[in-house]
Amino acid sequence: MPWDRNQMAARAAQELQDGWYVNLGIGIPTLVSNYIPDGIEVTLQSENGMLGMGPFPIEGTEDADLINAGKQTITELPQTAYFDSAQSFGMIRGGKIAMAILGAMEVSENGDLANWMIPGKLVKGMGGAMDLVAGVGRVVVVMDHANKHGESKVLRDCTLPLTGKAVVDRIITNLGVLDVVEGGLKIVELADGVTEQELRDLTEATLVA
Amino acid sequence: MKKVYGSAAEALDGVLFDGMFIAAGGFGLCGIPELLLAAIKDAGTKDLTFASNNAGVDDFGIGILLQTRQVKKMISSYVGENAEFMRQYLSGELELEFNPQGTLAERMRAGGCGIPGFYTKTGVGTVIAEGKDHRDFNGETYILEEGIVADLSIVKAWKADATGNLIFRKTARNFNPPAAMCGKVCIAEVEEIVPTGSLDPDGIHLPGIYVHRLIQGEHEKRIEQRTTRAA
Repeated sequence: MPWDRNQMAARAAQELQDGWYVNLGIGIPTLVSNYIPDGIEVTLQSENGMLGMGPFPIEGTEDADLINAGKQTITELPQTAYFDSAQSFGMIRGGKIAMAILGAMEVSENGDLANWMIPGKLVKGMGGAMDLVAGVGRVVVVMDHANKHGESKVLRDCTLPLTGKAVVDRIITNLGVLDVVEGGLKIVELADGVTEQELRDLTEATLVA
Repeated sequence: MKKVYGSAAEALDGVLFDGMFIAAGGFGLCGIPELLLAAIKDAGTKDLTFASNNAGVDDFGIGILLQTRQVKKMISSYVGENAEFMRQYLSGELELEFNPQGTLAERMRAGGCGIPGFYTKTGVGTVIAEGKDHRDFNGETYILEEGIVADLSIVKAWKADATGNLIFRKTARNFNPPAAMCGKVCIAEVEEIVPTGSLDPDGIHLPGIYVHRLIQGEHEKRIEQRTTRAA
């Protein structure tokens, strides 16, 4: 059985290391915060100007002045710090954030990432995604291996406009875990019950040993 | 010098002109200068260019100026929450320049700091880099982005003293300090003007040197995505 959304998030949480400052994107990456392993202390950054992001508020305690980058109401923690957007992206661009976990529309075998724009469709904007992938120490993508038409999202070359070029380090999909290495992608792990052949059949990118 | 004005309309008197460039603070609907935006709508100033991370929603924030067709161009990183924006953009009535969020914030900060341009890794190899100067530093490629200097900055803060020293609250700080810094004139709207001397000088988030005019008012502070957990 391929991993479901929560299993993908749980697997992505295994990437976290004690003491890291981490930025989680919208969608499955947000779920990663539910699976932070015991004994690991990570601080979540929200790029609208906060370190130490807490859980959603209990109903009735929402604060219009306290939101995450997805504009959802959130809470603060004892270690929380606030700052402005220029400083927020200063710490992102400056490499102070150890890792970003992001969703994607397409990833290529050399680590190109496309996740902000489909030409001819509604264009919403890149938000902070281009800054994050250019600046953080490590970029982990979490996404389904194929789109809803069964076409691979793990490609030789991205067909969509890029968010960043050669920026992805690791890809976690519903079928397994792949690393971007010299010459292509390397299978690191298969989801429980998924065979290597099943993963290969849904991967357009070059797989290397 | 008197910085405190009685209303948003009074504070804007003499600074608005058609075709002007305005930098606005706020992220989504959080920390937006809602009173000043409403007063700009009432003033009817046209052909505005806004540098603002977002464009509000249809009936709040910059959205209200889109309804009245007062905006010519937006410089933003994300505009997804606004149907009227999309309609005007897709029909060619509205210009749009996407900036990566951090690039937009730094363009404001830099412009306010007398830095006309800076090199950044953000956007290298993407459409954002097209036509921009590329330069290698220590083996990595960067692109040149230009500082923003706006005719007017409009920002929202939590508290101010009469000299314009500002304190923001939680994530409502966001783009407000860099937006304030890049304006030739900056007007701040706050929830409370407190007596000068009552703010801790070590706790000022933005010194009053950046703030030329100031108003106090009631804020709606609308929540865009109310998300809660079980008690």
